[in-house]
Amino acid sequence: MGKFQLITKGLIKENPTFVLLLGMCPTLATTTSAINGMSMGLATLFVLVLSNMAISLIAPYIPDKVRIPSYIVVIATFVTLLQFVMQAYVPDIYETLGLFIPLIVVNCIVLGRAEAFANKNGVVDSALDGIGIGLGFTLSLTVLGLVREILGSGSMFGWKFIEGDGILAFVLAPGAFLALGYLIVIFRKLTTK
Amino acid sequence: MAVQSSFKNMTVCLFAICIVCSSLLAGVYALTKAPIDAAAAAKNEAAIKEVLPETAVTIEEERTVDFEGASYAYNLAYDEAGNTVGCAINVAPVGFGGPISIKVGFDASGVIWNTKVLSQAETPGLGAKCVEASFSEQFKGFDPAQKKLAVKKDGGDVDAITASTITSRAYADGVALAVKVFQAIAQTPMPLNE
Repeated sequence: MGKFQLITKGLIKENPTFVLLLGMCPTLATTTSAINGMSMGLATLFVLVLSNMAISLIAPYIPDKVRIPSYIVVIATFVTLLQFVMQAYVPDIYETLGLFIPLIVVNCIVLGRAEAFANKNGVVDSALDGIGIGLGFTLSLTVLGLVREILGSGSMFGWKFIEGDGILAFVLAPGAFLALGYLIVIFRKLTTK
Repeated sequence: MAVQSSFKNMTVCLFAICIVCSSLLAGVYALTKAPIDAAAAAKNEAAIKEVLPETAVTIEEERTVDFEGASYAYNLAYDEAGNTVGCAINVAPVGFGGPISIKVGFDASGVIWNTKVLSQAETPGLGAKCVEASFSEQFKGFDPAQKKLAVKKDGGDVDAITASTITSRAYADGVALAVKVFQAIAQTPMPLNE
């Protein structure tokens, strides 16, 4: 597989949200607006690239039976580092994402890539895989957030185009499931041709 | 995997990973502690300034007052001549998604100057609108002696946020509680216009 394909496969063929259906909790919870979805995606991208690289380096020295706890400790370390740094230097963004940053630890995309890719491949390939999957996740979350924001709040990236409220259900949990379901249908229709 | 899963290997490996990770975290924690505290203090100070009259130039250090079994933090503020011009009280009523932390500012006569949400976890797009001006503006200059701090549904004078009665009710209750705390502070041995 070429280096370029390592990145593109995360966008379409192995899109974490629409094809692998991984990381559903942050997907449904953070996509109340396009900006929130995008910020969550970027934070996950950052952790994913670093943890993929670290795990591809240490994987040969880890006994098979304790690999999962080892990976979790590595991932949790990166997430906590990210949390400290964001809290110190970008407190406003930290406030918006608040609760969801620690949730990256249990995001199965990150552990999933460590298991499925990073522990069998080199540092560079693992970093590219992290970038690809991370970008796929970011794009999916942004699109889902945008759809929910347009229908639910009548705005795009915070810019209001109608007065008052939209269809409020789309901002709440049921709208997340509905919007995600229809987006998966459209995505499958477009990609399986 | 190259390394065998023997008891010794597993123990050594997990031990080494945990040691490296925790020392890394301790290091970064020490490095970022000062900026994090500074950011929190700056935010608190900005919030105090926002809820008090512009004439407040000196803001006193935080004090606490006990009221009906709970403790509330507040700051007094003075103008250039040293007269008390206001008081900012922290309250945290429970909304739909947990406590909503609000700072309520009063002028010396007990009229609400302004309110500001410090943190909240209300539903985005619904209750979270309590931070927006369209809702919080109505508390500016709200005189608790003249109007009632309750949502209109409950016979008060506060306009609720559409479809977020619980949040609006909690906000109004929180501000009403701050009014009571303010009155308690005003009656303590250390009067406001000390």
